[in-house]
Amino acid sequence: MNNRTYYNEILTEHNADPLHKHMIANPSKMLRGVNPSCGDDITLLINTDENGMITEGSYVGDGCAISQASADIMIDMIIGKSVDEALKLKDKFIKMIHGEASEEEIESLEEASALRDISHMPSRVKCAVLSWHTLEEMYKDK
Amino acid sequence: MSFDVYALRKEFPFFSEYKDLAYLDNGATSQRPQKVIDAVNEFYQKYNANPFRGLYDLSVEATDRYEAARRKAARFINADSENEIVFVRNATEALNLAAFSLGEMCVKEGDEIIISVCEHHSNMLPWRHMADRKKATVKYLFCKEDGSFSLDELKTLLTDKTKILAVTAMSNIFGRINDIKSMAELVHEKNAYIVADGSQSVPHSHTDVKALDCDFLAFSGHKMLGPMGIGVLYGKSRLLENMPPFLTGGEMIENVSLEEVTYAGIPHKFEAGTVNAGGAVGLAKAIDIIDDIGMDNIIKHEEALTKIAFEGLSDIPHVHILGSDDYKDHNGIITFKIDNVHPHDVSQILADNDIAVRAGHHCAEPLHRYLNIPSTTRASLMFYNTEEEIRRFIDCVKEIRPLMGFRD
Repeated sequence: MNNRTYYNEILTEHNADPLHKHMIANPSKMLRGVNPSCGDDITLLINTDENGMITEGSYVGDGCAISQASADIMIDMIIGKSVDEALKLKDKFIKMIHGEASEEEIESLEEASALRDISHMPSRVKCAVLSWHTLEEMYKDK
Repeated sequence: MSFDVYALRKEFPFFSEYKDLAYLDNGATSQRPQKVIDAVNEFYQKYNANPFRGLYDLSVEATDRYEAARRKAARFINADSENEIVFVRNATEALNLAAFSLGEMCVKEGDEIIISVCEHHSNMLPWRHMADRKKATVKYLFCKEDGSFSLDELKTLLTDKTKILAVTAMSNIFGRINDIKSMAELVHEKNAYIVADGSQSVPHSHTDVKALDCDFLAFSGHKMLGPMGIGVLYGKSRLLENMPPFLTGGEMIENVSLEEVTYAGIPHKFEAGTVNAGGAVGLAKAIDIIDDIGMDNIIKHEEALTKIAFEGLSDIPHVHILGSDDYKDHNGIITFKIDNVHPHDVSQILADNDIAVRAGHHCAEPLHRYLNIPSTTRASLMFYNTEEEIRRFIDCVKEIRPLMGFRD
């Protein structure tokens, strides 16, 4: 088996042992995102406080490792941040996946930078961005 | 002819182009020998004129080559006459033609169409579409877990209103070859028709439409070494004669006036417009090559490879093969799932290791829903695959769960 694989440890651990894959009671926002062509299907659940800080977050669903790990990493990163900060991260992440982010921006994405090589895999881009687009959709009226 | 797979592979430019790739997606499309590519080229270089149109030598020559390909296809599946061979783009078009024209001929409101749950979308949607149009009822023939059908269940579905059974001769998921002959007998007792999808069976087994007594059989050239864009609808001549055309236009008529039209005889009635003569010539060459290798040799080699793949995958914990427990029922098709690993990840990891397989529902979404499996990974073999490729595939599948972070 050669080493030419995009499945690094960060990605596989978030997939096999997710930190945030569960339901939360009474979320302030809940939204489902689906990639109909490949069957990735996630529902994001977010709780924010009166100051717009994300206090709780989780996801449930099915899909490939890239879609699931990306969701888990995203939730891990946005808990404790404001919705505005979370949406800025989302912009940077999507830039990275489209191969347009600077090294500095990629570094600031911390664990999510483990998905940077997806920018070379056009068929998997939609898997990586599903949770982030769902987050965007969730706050589009903000 | 003895079977030397490495010598055979030299006939395919694909394998010298992609030396390290194990191509195990033959159920989607096969590779093409140089001789097939040359035959298509030769047609366009030396014999190119529009068949049937001109009275000059070249058009006659083009017509002869096209019709010779039809005779070859007829003989390959043991049809009674070449008039029973309609050239189309692919099996999908063949089945759309059958659904439309047969529907026009014999289906009316309240009639029943039986479709097997195992069908590729191309042998399901045309029938459903036609049934909607005709206000006919669709009934489904469900399979057992091993992919087989119960003839008793078919009997309970057949009524005096049944007009058509649409069923695959070989499932593109299970690899199982279905008992078309027995199904045809039951269907004919009700004066209904059986339409078999031979897309997977024709390249990998002996086909004898007379012995099967099926009324229609569809197959594609591109899954059996031929070019893309050429396929066949076989139909019994007395049925084709009574069916209205599917497409209308050039070269499918006897006479046209402003008031009336008389259609051409079969099979030309169903071949409107300029035909794919180059494709037909390529398919004829593909049939020659299959005949030279010998279907018995092909079956023997594919069965040996299937055994290795089936046993190798069966031994891996957390790997589950769909369909029969007996490799002999798989005919080169191994569709599987791995616990907790999504099929897209499985096929991606295999691709990263130069192994080409297919992931998804393989155009059989209703079957996946029936089996309650969202999607699967499929390896589909061809006689030019090698034992080394199959072993490499098995070794790679073994590594997938550990690579994905599962410790057991």
